[in-house]
Amino acid sequence: MRRALAGCLALSVAAPPLGVFLVLRRMSLMSDVLQHGVLPGIAIGAAVGGLSVWAMGAGGVVAGLVVALLAGWFARRTGMAEDSQLAALYLVALAAGVALISAQRGVDLTHLLFGSVLAVDNPALLAMAGAATLTLPVLAVIWRPMTLESLDPGLPTGFGGFSHGCFLALVVLCVVSGFEALGTLMSVGLMMLPAIAARHWSGSLAGQVSIAVALAVTASVLGLLISFNVEIPAGPAIVLTAGGFWVVSLLTGPREGLLRARG
Amino acid sequence: MLYRNHDQPVVAPPSVRRRRSRFAPRPGRRRFDDGVACRDLGLVMNPPSIRLDHVTLRRGGREVLRDLTGVFRPGSLTAVAGPNGAGKSTLLHALCGLFPLASGRIDRGGLSPRSIALLPQEGRLDRSFPITCRDVVALGWTARVGWFRRIGPEQYAVADRALASVGLDGLGDRSIGALSAGQFQRSLFARTIVRDAPVILLDEPFSAIDTATEADLMAIIHAWHQQGRTVIAVLHDLDLIRAEFPETLLLGAGAWQWGASSDVLAARTIRQARLSATAPPPARVAVEEAA
Repeated sequence: MRRALAGCLALSVAAPPLGVFLVLRRMSLMSDVLQHGVLPGIAIGAAVGGLSVWAMGAGGVVAGLVVALLAGWFARRTGMAEDSQLAALYLVALAAGVALISAQRGVDLTHLLFGSVLAVDNPALLAMAGAATLTLPVLAVIWRPMTLESLDPGLPTGFGGFSHGCFLALVVLCVVSGFEALGTLMSVGLMMLPAIAARHWSGSLAGQVSIAVALAVTASVLGLLISFNVEIPAGPAIVLTAGGFWVVSLLTGPREGLLRARG
Repeated sequence: MLYRNHDQPVVAPPSVRRRRSRFAPRPGRRRFDDGVACRDLGLVMNPPSIRLDHVTLRRGGREVLRDLTGVFRPGSLTAVAGPNGAGKSTLLHALCGLFPLASGRIDRGGLSPRSIALLPQEGRLDRSFPITCRDVVALGWTARVGWFRRIGPEQYAVADRALASVGLDGLGDRSIGALSAGQFQRSLFARTIVRDAPVILLDEPFSAIDTATEADLMAIIHAWHQQGRTVIAVLHDLDLIRAEFPETLLLGAGAWQWGASSDVLAARTIRQARLSATAPPPARVAVEEAA
């Protein structure tokens, strides 16, 4: 439980800034694709290297990067049809992942998909903390090119492609590292929901990022407490808490809140 | 008019035109050419010629521009005109190295593509991005300080003066989503001022803005021209080109015309480029542009 808390707090600091950029670049669907895309990789990793965090994590990262590259390739080749291609990609990935995992004995599908606090052992904690430690400095380095590129998406700057690749790799890393505690289907929730909620509170990039982090940290703590006491998996508990923040923000947030008078 | 460079003797700008322009600074009008554009940033520039040698551009499997040969002279002020889909924007992108040539070559005279400033078409930027106008202008420094070095108070001070010189005094803290189309275009001009590039490319700078803004921005273009920068602008307003731009590159229907505006924009060539009101561009081209 303590390990899960520490790990989730680390991810709560690292993942929401990535989520803010995903939202701003209108790539929310991409996060869905990635979280489903890592599943077959985790399954293959478990089949090849056993049930260790590292084997499954490595498989997940590789699969996530492959899916990200595929998605980028689709986007370039098909132009407008990108959305539907991405949807097709993640449906196939999810089905393949579930099939691969069910074919193996000794893997609990529910735990893998939705997380389990008790599954967080020391290697898993290390993976979560490591991902967070890597994410923050790299994000700081690519912050300016990312900002420029988000502002002018059509402009392929020399460094832009590189920073975009780094960014997607970081997203994959955060999704994969969170799967032990949150589950593959839920770890994106900690990335996206606080970021989406933060849009309703702040008009500046730095403001959105800080609010997203604050919301994610609170959601992690509350969600884990709920999960511990009510005995529901940690992933859904945390994501539901973050979802609650989102609903409140959507209704009452100062920017584009539904219950505020429209200006 | 003479400008003093920090480390060079006083030189006359390469092409000071005597003709009085409709938009040139005059008494009583806000004078952009003695604002930030010159004093803080604009030394007199000596950009190299940009030579195009049998340049062919292909986009989406279609040849948009064939066999274009010519020179953008140092300090020249050129308008690029032509119907939609004639390859105007693509040419600008190719000039600053963002679009690969199908064949031919562009000789930038040793100038790195990064020191060519492109002011992108208005609709291409994401106006909903949460960033202040001041930050957008300060990001103009990126081309000069690189991706990682700090944009500090001095750089922000320059950004603020650039904002003032485009008439956006005190609007720096506004988010770009809250600016009008004209104000946003002004802020992009301020960003280009901050970039301080010897060659400036403007992609349809006057679409979706009112006449007063157009006049102010045109004055900035003249200031850049007088500082000796090479300015190339994609424009649709033929009257404006005739009045303000000494040279024109007219693209259309696979062919091109390049020279003095008065020659290029003669009635016959316009008809050939299908620019005139009586002969609208073929529907096929328009559809492809939309796709």
